[in-house]
Amino acid sequence: MQISLKVNGVNRKIEAEADTPLLWVLRDTIDMKGTKYGCGIAQCGACTVHLNGVAIRSCVTPINQVANQEITTIEGLETVEGLAIQAAWDDLSVVQCGYCQSGQIMSASALLAYNAMPNDDDIDAAMSGNICRCGTYGRIRAAVKQASQAINKEDA
Amino acid sequence: MKAINDMSKAGAHSISRRLFLKKTATVGAGFTLAMSLPFAQAARQAPLADQADTIANAFVRISPDNSVTIIIKHAEFGQGVFTGLATIVAEEMDADWTQIVAEAAPADKALYSNLFLGAQLTGGSTAIANSYAQMREAGASARYMLVSAAADQWQVPASEITVSKGQISHSAGHSATFGNMAEAAAAIALPEKIALKDPKNFTLIGAEWLPRKDVGKTDGTAVYTQDIELPGILTALVAHPPRFGATVGSFSDQKAKALKGVINVVQISTGIAVIADTFWNAKKGRDALQINWDLSEAMSESSDDQMRRYRQIANEEPGLSAKAQGDLENGFEEAVQIIEAEYEFPYLAHATMEPMNCVAQISDTGVELWYGCQSHTTDQNGVAAVLNMTPEQVKINSLFAGGSFGRRANTHSDYVIEAALIAKANRSKAPIKLVWTREDDTNAGYFRPMYFHRLKAGLDSNGKIIAWQHRIVGQSVLTDTDFAAFIENGIDSTSVEGATSLPYNIANFAVDLNTVESQVPVLWWRSVGSTHTAHSVETFMDQLAAATGQDPLAFRLAHLGEDERYKGVLEMVADKAGWNTRQQDGKIKGIALHKSFGTYVAQVADLTVGDSGEYTVDKVVCAVDCGMAINPDVIRAQMEGGIAYGLSPSLMSEITIKEGAVIETNFDRYQVVRMKDMPAVEVHIIPSAEPPSGVGEPGTPVIAPAVANALFAATGKLHTNQPIGRKV
Repeated sequence: MQISLKVNGVNRKIEAEADTPLLWVLRDTIDMKGTKYGCGIAQCGACTVHLNGVAIRSCVTPINQVANQEITTIEGLETVEGLAIQAAWDDLSVVQCGYCQSGQIMSASALLAYNAMPNDDDIDAAMSGNICRCGTYGRIRAAVKQASQAINKEDA
Repeated sequence: MKAINDMSKAGAHSISRRLFLKKTATVGAGFTLAMSLPFAQAARQAPLADQADTIANAFVRISPDNSVTIIIKHAEFGQGVFTGLATIVAEEMDADWTQIVAEAAPADKALYSNLFLGAQLTGGSTAIANSYAQMREAGASARYMLVSAAADQWQVPASEITVSKGQISHSAGHSATFGNMAEAAAAIALPEKIALKDPKNFTLIGAEWLPRKDVGKTDGTAVYTQDIELPGILTALVAHPPRFGATVGSFSDQKAKALKGVINVVQISTGIAVIADTFWNAKKGRDALQINWDLSEAMSESSDDQMRRYRQIANEEPGLSAKAQGDLENGFEEAVQIIEAEYEFPYLAHATMEPMNCVAQISDTGVELWYGCQSHTTDQNGVAAVLNMTPEQVKINSLFAGGSFGRRANTHSDYVIEAALIAKANRSKAPIKLVWTREDDTNAGYFRPMYFHRLKAGLDSNGKIIAWQHRIVGQSVLTDTDFAAFIENGIDSTSVEGATSLPYNIANFAVDLNTVESQVPVLWWRSVGSTHTAHSVETFMDQLAAATGQDPLAFRLAHLGEDERYKGVLEMVADKAGWNTRQQDGKIKGIALHKSFGTYVAQVADLTVGDSGEYTVDKVVCAVDCGMAINPDVIRAQMEGGIAYGLSPSLMSEITIKEGAVIETNFDRYQVVRMKDMPAVEVHIIPSAEPPSGVGEPGTPVIAPAVANALFAATGKLHTNQPIGRKV
């Protein structure tokens, strides 16, 4: 079927079966390869994107449920929170293998958009759906806090 | 891969540190240099950039735009090797860090072998250790050429020229960038011996917070295997047998082939491959296959039965001696106290975030592969064998790998060969992207083996260990592999490493090994033998300390041998973690010590234990002695990551098998450490001028015993088995 998708602010008409997960439409149909496959059952978070600003797992989101809604991927992450998160990630050398990090960054930027000053419990709650087998969790925590400070300083 | 490391040390020592460089070709305005390593008889042309006007040797390429590309012979899967090796080269070149670019080397055994392992292979935490001298000489050679060219051009003595942060200068006012001088430098002949820097003048080696060179990982632009785009590329998914040892009996692809997007269905030795235009169509096609599996040779044992079998073997069979010294029998006779314990370790999956996958394209001249390659030589040989080609016809494009932890250095090149077989069976030149789902990845096995251990110690009246007997039962990761030659007198030393060479001085000492068979494929897993030996040895040490009323730190210090580096990390970690004031501070702490891959690590874990037995690991203090610290932040990152990786099996991870089938095939059942489980980690690096040793693995094995020892201190209950579970 034909579905209207709005990805990173661009409207597209794509051809896909209704049950196709958003992840595979992003990767295989519109060639946005920044969003990763990790588990296919919403357990690891590698496929995290934003749907209307909220972090979702694209591997279990059928394409027909997200037609005409605002989808943001790592390629289009240009929010204040997103840019602050990416800058903090680079500054603190968070990344190791990097495969999970698109998802981590999408989850973290959605967290900051919702809660600009998250505490440790907030970070645990928002980020525990994203697995990192390299174990970069400590740096992710520090980088979320650094990005939070940067945003709040900007606002002040 | 310690065994391989150790076995090849003789070879490593015989390798001359001197590199020979010679001019081999002239291309346009620039030219190429090939660096001929002494063990590589035929010097061949090094990889060229697209631009002809580039100077290069096998490890360094300088472009007119002043960028310096360092060719990295090891796989980058997060451990920081792009950064580490580039640091060493840039140091000797006196380059500016911002002009450095790192690039993965192609498969070329002659140019890019691991000097410890004798093949192009990343493993055994050897990347820095085997490359240190080689990368220094590569950088120093490039610098020599640049300086000599400047001296010729400026008509001044080379000795008067200085180089700093990528600028070549002379006091008479001359100045040039590397890019300016690249073309002229290309004409410089190298002497046989290149002078290296005095380490006291290092500015990049040991520097804090050098930005990493594996870039593109925070904006989605880094390319992993599944991200490869090639004209006409197709995606393949494979229906694999449901149990180890099962094969395809018969199958029907009629329904699958009728589906939209499905292009072909082919049978290969490992199952039935569905080739489609997209992942999702391939998956639907795979789901539509009707397969009757031949279970006649399938595994029927469950892991519980297997552990019972191991225990029985430990009871009934003495095993082969892996190490024996002193008089064990006499030691036990003289002991006033004898303590015993048993340990069980489950299978573990590597569970890299990126499941195994590989792109393969067959052409008239050979096959080209794109993937996160870790074991170039093995994979070239394996693929060449199944395609009836020579290894040289197998071209490998090495990409970033989304984690490995040992998995991608597969002794049978499993997923790589599978991709090649599908491309061959498809009888087309279309590139095939083999994608494994998470379940495919886990079901393939190649797990850290299950092990059973029994330890017995005799103590004298002074609370000193005078006898120590360690029995280990488990599969060998080297049997039936290219590395089987490293099994000596029946002993796979990777099964007993960490048990045979203790930090502790014990007069009467024996380790024996029963290597057993199973249909479950097994493989090295981050820190290999130490994953289990560190746990049993170090928790046993606390058990012995408690039995004799001694403090775990004091007990360890009292038993240390002559190697002062153990003492160094132990004292450092105790000091930084406040070990001696823990009782006043009301903290529950556990300590552990272990050396692997030449690197010494001690850790103290801080725990909180609740009234109903739930507990959290709050903080880990880690001291590491890895010789000279090349990149302190990479070392810290590897200790942090190693601790997280080791914490998963300590607390929650296990693969169980029921009648030959894996139960925990995805992250819903295969539990791993998440953000909420992660302790704060503090890493302290021992200053050292010793040669650098590895850091990828040594952080991993120490955390489990540190946690178990803290729980033992808190509750008096031993935690001999892994995983401990969420509650005690």
